[in-house]
Amino acid sequence: MFSVEELLKAHGEPEREVYLDLENSAPVAREVLEAMLPYFAERAYGNPSITHKPGWMAYDVVQRALEEIRRHLGASRPEEINFIPGATEANNLALMGAALANRRRGRRIIVSRIEPLNVLHVALNLLRPRGFEVVEVPVDGEGFIDLDALGEAVNRETILVSISAVNHEIGTIQPLREAVELVKDKNPDAVFHTDASDAYGRIPFNVGELGVDMATVSSYKVLGPRGVAALYVGEGVEVERLLEGQLGTQRLWPGVENVPLIVGFQKASELLFRDFEGNTSHMRRLRNRLMEGLLKSIPETLLNGPRERRAPDNVNISFLGCEGEALTIELSLHGVYVSSGSACTRRLLQPSHVLTAIGRRPEEAHGSILMKVSRMYCDEDVDYVLRVLPGAVERLRGLSPLKGEGGDV
Amino acid sequence: MSRVPLPYGPKILELFRNPKNAGPMEDATVSATAGSPICGDVIAIYLKIGEGDVVERASFESYGCAANIATASLLTEMVRGRTLKEAWGISWRELTEELGGLPSIKFHCGTLAVGALRRAIRAYYEERPHPDWLPEEATLEERQALEAEELGERLSRRIGGEKG
Repeated sequence: MFSVEELLKAHGEPEREVYLDLENSAPVAREVLEAMLPYFAERAYGNPSITHKPGWMAYDVVQRALEEIRRHLGASRPEEINFIPGATEANNLALMGAALANRRRGRRIIVSRIEPLNVLHVALNLLRPRGFEVVEVPVDGEGFIDLDALGEAVNRETILVSISAVNHEIGTIQPLREAVELVKDKNPDAVFHTDASDAYGRIPFNVGELGVDMATVSSYKVLGPRGVAALYVGEGVEVERLLEGQLGTQRLWPGVENVPLIVGFQKASELLFRDFEGNTSHMRRLRNRLMEGLLKSIPETLLNGPRERRAPDNVNISFLGCEGEALTIELSLHGVYVSSGSACTRRLLQPSHVLTAIGRRPEEAHGSILMKVSRMYCDEDVDYVLRVLPGAVERLRGLSPLKGEGGDV
Repeated sequence: MSRVPLPYGPKILELFRNPKNAGPMEDATVSATAGSPICGDVIAIYLKIGEGDVVERASFESYGCAANIATASLLTEMVRGRTLKEAWGISWRELTEELGGLPSIKFHCGTLAVGALRRAIRAYYEERPHPDWLPEEATLEERQALEAEELGERLSRRIGGEKG
């Protein structure tokens, strides 16, 4: 019906571009792309399980990448790391695979209400209809998990718990260690999985220290390529494969390893951890300037998620009286790319389940904007967003019939 | 709760960027609002009606997505210079076609704009003789505006109940 080409022409080229939608996709860092390129056609293009030189070269590359990710996650052995084609696939595998492998021990699965949909919907739409009992643990107004409710939910029937280390939308850093201890105290056999995609490279995260059994990390969330993720599965933790086929080096996912993407993920991790302190303090400084600047210069706002114990890259603000989809488009016209938890951006016209779970009313969630910064951004990027955003909010509020009724529209 | 790609037509983007007839009208003969902030879209239509029941001027206000703003803006242009009878005859389908089409998930933006317009026209005739072309029963667009408002009410009560 529409020509997207015409739409893009009508959109035009903004004077400056700042891509802050790192939650939903990310440009691959230049150094990462350069590291990947030789592996498509020139180097190590063999199958790592076949006995010839290109195969051995590929095997070597995969082993090095496993070792790199192992080190950053604090796992004991590289065999505990599995490359999976994407975090959605990895979380599906973690939940489905662990539930199926442990189904004879019990039926209860516990998740938080603010898990990403590749955890929450696996539990609710795939596992519950297959006879598993899913318990959703509530969170408080800042997204912190209710530890009492978690403790009460764990029983002898509990086979699996999945709680993200850092929430993907509102940046809440969960008290994961307490949560793991609580679960293991009541049931040492319960498998604890965490989606650590928003923790990896942003906060100290070590599977050994935390005592988690499984952890997912995503490549694109650290400016690596899309289409690759890693799932840590601790020794002795049972997980069934979801797909069958020719097994190679990755025991939980059949098929030919995607060596160029694995190299990209490794390189992205290497760059992030080479100067963890420097990177995270840079992110935190930019984030604070952006977050505080917006809250100060724009009236009628709500910060979604906590101020303290918040991931250093995350900003999520509701601009009351503004509809989020319109705001994302208005900002796009100025070259600032963000996403919204508004109902208008979703198929069922319901706002973000994370914002609803922390008690935001639909009209508050409709005006929410999610932004993430990375080590690639500079002060001028933040300056530009701080210059553009107040005008965008003002223009949309100016069009609204709800003005005068203020934020509590 | 999946997201949908929304490849808007260029006309929607243009009207979103530079809406026509935006803002309330001080000397409006009649005005009406439709929609619910809880559902995320509200449209207000203002009409200045002259002799022979002709729309001299129209303006709008919108709280909603880009399609919402664009449809409301376009409707105010379409009704200017028309009689109220002609304006009443504009359907959401005609409005959507004039816009160059809407993604199906955004059809309600068209019905909401037309719903608000028809509400304003009904309000105008409340204190005047009822013209024979004006149906007694609510039309599709008016019913859909009402449904959106009732849905908003229900959502509001449900969440209020959960909190309380």
